Amino acid sequence: MTTFYVPVDAAARSVGADEVAAALAVLHGACVVRTGSRGMLWCEPLVEVDTDAGRVGYGPVTPTAARELADLAGAEPPPTSPLRTAYLGLVEQHPFLARQRRLTTARLGVIDPGDLADYERHGGWAGLRRAFTMTPDAVVAEVTASGLRGRGGAGFPAGVKWATVAGAPGTEKCICANGDEGDSGTFADRMLIEGDPGSLLEGMLIAGYAVGAHTGVVYLRSEYPDAITTLRRAVESARAAGILGPNVLGSGFAFDVDVRVGAGAYICGEETSMLESIEGRRGEVRSKPPIPALRGLFGRPTVVNNILTLATVPAILADGGSTYAAYGTDRSRGTQVFQLAGNIARGGLVEVDFGVTVRELVEGFGGGTRSGRPVRAVQLGGPLGAYLPESALDLPMDYEALAAAGFMLGHGGIVVFDDTVDMARQARFAMEFCVKESCGKCTPCRVGSQRGMESLDRFLAGADPARELPLLDRICTTMAKGSLCAMGQLTPMPVRSALTHFPEDFAGGRR
Amino acid sequence: MGARHEGLAPEREATVRALAARYAVQRTSLLPMLHDVQEHFGFIARQDVVTLADVLNLSIADVHGVVSFYTYFRTSPPLPHQISVCRGEACQAVGAEDLFAATRTAYRESADTEVSEVFCLGNCALGPSGTADGRLLGRLTVDRLTALIPPGRS
Repeated sequence: MTTFYVPVDAAARSVGADEVAAALAVLHGACVVRTGSRGMLWCEPLVEVDTDAGRVGYGPVTPTAARELADLAGAEPPPTSPLRTAYLGLVEQHPFLARQRRLTTARLGVIDPGDLADYERHGGWAGLRRAFTMTPDAVVAEVTASGLRGRGGAGFPAGVKWATVAGAPGTEKCICANGDEGDSGTFADRMLIEGDPGSLLEGMLIAGYAVGAHTGVVYLRSEYPDAITTLRRAVESARAAGILGPNVLGSGFAFDVDVRVGAGAYICGEETSMLESIEGRRGEVRSKPPIPALRGLFGRPTVVNNILTLATVPAILADGGSTYAAYGTDRSRGTQVFQLAGNIARGGLVEVDFGVTVRELVEGFGGGTRSGRPVRAVQLGGPLGAYLPESALDLPMDYEALAAAGFMLGHGGIVVFDDTVDMARQARFAMEFCVKESCGKCTPCRVGSQRGMESLDRFLAGADPARELPLLDRICTTMAKGSLCAMGQLTPMPVRSALTHFPEDFAGGRR
Repeated sequence: MGARHEGLAPEREATVRALAARYAVQRTSLLPMLHDVQEHFGFIARQDVVTLADVLNLSIADVHGVVSFYTYFRTSPPLPHQISVCRGEACQAVGAEDLFAATRTAYRESADTEVSEVFCLGNCALGPSGTADGRLLGRLTVDRLTALIPPGRS
């Protein structure tokens, strides 16, 4: 009997993992286990074969290779084999994985996401069990000591947020996990839920215990159907196993989780817009204050944390906040789950300590562009993030260092462009995206993006830059200073970074 | 129940009410109800807005406002085949704008296929991305799309 591991992750399925799994499953003596993806996405579909030395990988593979994969049983293919270039050796020793520090994503690609017993065999519930031996205040203190900051983009200290909710008046409190991962270039929330949903549930349980909440809501995108299915199954399994419900693991603590699905609105990743959407309304942002930690879902004190933030908590509780805080830089502690995307040779998921340079991620892990042409621009932090020129790639990934240089980390998405990119068109797209995705509540965002797009359209059609670019700058200022939330405030970021760092694309004489 | 229900298809209304009955009669149930109605019928009709407004004791305008806010909710019947192409930045970096234009051209004369844009499917390392009849596709080309859904003639 040979055991094959084939990812059930949506990205792997998008390039044929299901067909490979089916071709292996019909072979005599083959057992196929569907796992999450390791995050070596350029190798998908990546098949791993269980051997005495560990799991040996081959990727990308096609269904026609199934027979040979079974015959090889983990051996190196002969030089004449079509699988020769797909041979990866022991997967965990592959340079792409061996150089990572996987804390949040330790089980990703290893376990069967549909089997909570597999989760437990790989360290699951250890953080929760330890939390139950501590007072809720001590759990909050442990998260504060870890230095964990919000992974959704804002980087707010998780422990401070939890302490605010714990200390807020009110008997009913909520934990909301924000999985509205709409930034282009990000997919870590999706991969984590599809590959290791238990870690999210465990993180929510610990958060609930720490702040005195008994209700959890996970908000997922309708664009992520696989994640929705996987998480709903995990919630049902956890209920059946007594891990969610009136008496969590026999502790007497009650907690349950509801999975809610968005409907194609990018703005619902903004926390107050997400709360409006869960309450059954248009996803229009709320004015702050009051902050959700004091008046959030249904007016209750609410922890709103990103999926990655919550999924990191079990490891912090299991191994101690100081262990986590030992990694990273000055005020950016621990690890960050980066996502390498766009025009990149080795795209995928990379979890490493804060402080790594953009260049190490793009060139070291990512291998440069997929097209083979020079890297010209890197967009950090999604559609609201800045475009970095090649000369900025030696910046360290650190909240403060990036902010000082005028950039932001966001949710850790890194989108690479080669030298064929037209930065004026990218600036125009940033405005177009805001036109389409603005909730419309505040005028600077709703009207400013429209006027900004029109200005760039005139410029692209050959209008005088001396007239259009100062106008564009004033529009950007109005949006940045006058908008209610990050959407309008930060849409000028990609626009202005394009103007600042790629001025040659905005010189006169277009067309 | 009254004059505002005149002209509604009674069977459809009964189905919508049955779908809605699985949820608590609270405003927070509105999006799950809308998802179920769209999953069942393929779209949310004007009369479904009226029905759900009645179920939840909300104004028709209020429910209409929710439906119209979210791009995922559609108010007209879908064509038999659905294609979406991602226009997010990561996919743009590997040719998504050309792919979107070429896809629209390929299906311009197809009466049974809708081509739409989408902003991010979370498949940003294997772009350009898209979907064909709900199936996520990576490293997408027009040839792969036309092999899965042959462009027809109107």
